[in-house]
Amino acid sequence: MSRSLVTLVGVSKTYGRTVAVNNVSLEVGEGEFVTLLGPSGSGKTTTLMLIAGFERPTGGEILVRGESVVARPPEKRDIGMVFQSYALFPHMTVFENVAFPLRTRRVAGPEVAKRVDEVLTAVRMSGLGARYPRQLSGGQQQRIALARALVYRPSLLLMDEPLGALDKKLREEMQSEIKSLQRELGITTLYVTHDQQEALALSDRIAIMNGGDVIQTGSPLALYERPATGFVAGFLGDVNLLEGVMAEAARGLLRVQIVDGPEVLTLGEQPLAPGKRVRLTIRPERLEIGSTELAVPNAWRGRVREVVFHGELVRYGVEVESRVVLRVTRPFRGPDTLFARGEEIWLTSRPEDWRLFA
Amino acid sequence: MRPRSSWGQALVLVGPALILLGTVYLYPLARLLVLSLTGGADGAVGFGAYRRFLESSVYLGVLLRTFRISLVVTIVCLVMAYPVSYVLSRVGSLTFRVIMVFVLLPLWTSILVRTYAWMVLLQANGVLNNLLRRLHVIDEPLRLMYNEAGVVIGMAQVLLPFAILPVFASLRNIDPRLHAAAQVMGAGPWRRFRAVTLPLSLPGVAAAGLLVFVQALGFFIIPALLGGSRVITLAMVIETQVVDLLDWSLASSMAMVLLVVTVVLVVGFDRLLGLDKVWV
Repeated sequence: MSRSLVTLVGVSKTYGRTVAVNNVSLEVGEGEFVTLLGPSGSGKTTTLMLIAGFERPTGGEILVRGESVVARPPEKRDIGMVFQSYALFPHMTVFENVAFPLRTRRVAGPEVAKRVDEVLTAVRMSGLGARYPRQLSGGQQQRIALARALVYRPSLLLMDEPLGALDKKLREEMQSEIKSLQRELGITTLYVTHDQQEALALSDRIAIMNGGDVIQTGSPLALYERPATGFVAGFLGDVNLLEGVMAEAARGLLRVQIVDGPEVLTLGEQPLAPGKRVRLTIRPERLEIGSTELAVPNAWRGRVREVVFHGELVRYGVEVESRVVLRVTRPFRGPDTLFARGEEIWLTSRPEDWRLFA
Repeated sequence: MRPRSSWGQALVLVGPALILLGTVYLYPLARLLVLSLTGGADGAVGFGAYRRFLESSVYLGVLLRTFRISLVVTIVCLVMAYPVSYVLSRVGSLTFRVIMVFVLLPLWTSILVRTYAWMVLLQANGVLNNLLRRLHVIDEPLRLMYNEAGVVIGMAQVLLPFAILPVFASLRNIDPRLHAAAQVMGAGPWRRFRAVTLPLSLPGVAAAGLLVFVQALGFFIIPALLGGSRVITLAMVIETQVVDLLDWSLASSMAMVLLVVTVVLVVGFDRLLGLDKVWV
């Protein structure tokens, strides 16, 4: 991470007794793409509004390049923003919409035309300047909103669920476009979404929020592989969550007895006392299904209870000892590789793929 | 998707209103049209009554004055209504209710009572003139009634709610995120108002103007009481024709001209902006 552009130091926002944002600290580096990810009501949009200046924090500091901006109104913060509803001016043409921030900055006429043209080309909307927003599709409106937020080269770009109103295919298309535009222009971006796929695909770093707190911050890979809590593990991707009891710990290897289930061998740094209750997770794609017994740790006999075909992948529900059902995701490699419902199989997992939460 | 109702259902729902309008409004209106085209000096069918109306410089002057007063009243109402509507669209629910009661209260008071109240306030020895003299602002009483100024004051007060409501509705319908977007792009309060609020509220202003102007054209009590014999409007002439001169066909032609003007305005508005702008 390069030097910090935006720094949140213990920022809080309360409405009466409701705590919307609780003591949040966060840094966004120059040129970085950071995503606030969380369920609705987790405080991610409020955090964005605090940075934009539409809300005033009830505690903490917001610094931009080391300077407090808390007392500064939104129009003096040099921020670009893309709203979920796009917030395009319905009475202005595309050109007038995109030119608006330049006009408020008193950019000269010929320069306005040149820069609007450039940015419309960048979002692949050149030639549509004379249209009105209502004459455009959702995806096109989204591009114009993005162009309008980029045209004045703000130091920070805020995006509040910008793809929320688009269908899945268009959303994925826009994701890669936003990402390549952001990289090309090197614009520092703070992105808000509740869509974990979107966060994983776009971000340099993700801050996971829940109930007004930032639970964990890190790269998509780090969060996916080393979630700090069961909430993070469950929110980012899919997991099997099991209850267990510590059986034995020796030389970095832990033996955990799953409640009403088999014993798991895992890796673990934390020395936990035997008999302590823990929660265990493993991602469905880290479980292997085979028809023959393998001489590896965590090889369990099981029965296929459910098969759901998704095209590129297949989801299985596998019942192991004493009715513990685990979800397993396998890539689809042809009809002869499918397991049938009711089939007896062997389920294996590597010790390093299990995560333990106290 | 809006559920579609059958013609039968629609007729049952609209029927009673349709019957009422047909018998007490459309039928008399048709009679009025017939009256305006017959019963001239010689009783023949034709445009004689219209000719007598539109070729008389006195009546044309009255028509012109009626338009002029309505226009001034409309402008006064819009200028006064806009700030009130703006405040209404931005305050909390308690303040909103208090202001709304004051806006609507006059509508629930008899127009006659209000007009006499204005006479008490505006006459040469009235409340306003006495106060100003007491304060040594003026030496001679201001002429505030029995002229067009008095008529405009009285009519504007009565018609103000009809201007406030459509303007308020159009202001309230502006997506607040448009202001947020303008603000984050660097627009200060004045520029946000000029570039976003004002243009997006103009359909509401036009609707308010239409409502006020059309109603003002037909006002009778206020010009009669506050304007006296000096400010004659078309409604007053029609009354004189009917009550004193018994020239029903001339009165009908005048009423028809007013009606045509109104219909042209309403249809024109509908073509340009859509009549739904009056209510939404």
